[in-house]
Amino acid sequence: MSMKSPLGKVLGLGSAKEGTEHWWTQRVTAVAMVPLMLWFVISTLTMPSYDFAAVSAWIATPLNAVLLLLTSGTLLYHSALGTQVVIEDYVKGFAKVVTLILARFAYFALGAAAAFAILRVSLGS
Amino acid sequence: MAEFRLPKNSRPTEGKHYPAPEGATNVRRFVVYRYDPDAEQPPRMDTYDIDADNCGPMVLDALIKIKNEIDPSLTFRRSCREGICGSCAMNIGGGNTLACIKSAEDIGDTVAIYPLPHMPVIKDLVPDLTNFYAQYASIKPWLQSKTPPPPTTERLQTKEEQERIDEPSACILCACCSTSCPSYWWNSDRYLGPAALMAAYRWLVDSRDDATGERLDELEDPFKLYRCHTIMNCTQTCPKGLNPAKAIAETKKLMAKRRH
Repeated sequence: MSMKSPLGKVLGLGSAKEGTEHWWTQRVTAVAMVPLMLWFVISTLTMPSYDFAAVSAWIATPLNAVLLLLTSGTLLYHSALGTQVVIEDYVKGFAKVVTLILARFAYFALGAAAAFAILRVSLGS
Repeated sequence: MAEFRLPKNSRPTEGKHYPAPEGATNVRRFVVYRYDPDAEQPPRMDTYDIDADNCGPMVLDALIKIKNEIDPSLTFRRSCREGICGSCAMNIGGGNTLACIKSAEDIGDTVAIYPLPHMPVIKDLVPDLTNFYAQYASIKPWLQSKTPPPPTTERLQTKEEQERIDEPSACILCACCSTSCPSYWWNSDRYLGPAALMAAYRWLVDSRDDATGERLDELEDPFKLYRCHTIMNCTQTCPKGLNPAKAIAETKKLMAKRRH
């Protein structure tokens, strides 16, 4: 219960003056993924062999390693932005802040693991 | 968490059945949400069988007939009966629309009528629109010009400038769009909703208004504006055939434009 006016409640803490960067980046990463995912799908489908040595050699090519880093980075960035929106939509209050931070941590961990794996295979252990 | 189900004491139960008068050959069934705040009972769905040959064609005609001839306690808002006041907005046959311009025949033999979704109910088909109107007021829906008016004429526009505000100013604020939007259901405390955002857009593109930057500043917020995920229920349901989703998309484009 509150005696605050309906207009006062709607005005709340005012505008956060952000959201445009998030919205724009989500669209830019989506566009960037069109060529990256096309490359990824086509090149994994047309691989001559899927045995360990062949795939390792494919990843070790400088061009493939760089494109893999870009693809996983863009994919995770886009996914992190989308997950943030879902959390903001459905989770409220303090739980929202905690979930947002945990989700961000998880995406950074996934990104670090992906980068490490690609670099380790392409540069040798 | 967002609420996905009504609280237990808000779920409608089966109510009374009022059979059609004897000799009626063209019977149409109206199943209407009833809630009386004084009764301390959960809401109920009352069933009224109406002689369609002895009733006007619109859903509002049937509601007025029920109130006049069967059950005077049925409560709903109505005024102009021609789709311009926006009072009789309700959920009819699963979609939000105006009872006065919705033909009962188009819905079918059974017409289910609920109040606008996910709003507090005052009584029967009357929702509490206080927050909705406050959101409209918050976007400052009036001309803000920093230019003194011309001494002898009105503030003039070109024909094209007028056409830009034709559609968004045709909104009658019936709240059908906002209450059809899932984002508005989950976050109406902070998301302005399609109706208020289209009203804001109407002033953003008004060539006589000089507060475009301040208006964009006020809207630039993850919740006020960016809860819109282009679901487009608003455009789908608008009884006036307007396109709030496009107005919001254009607003987001203005936000991007001023950064580049």
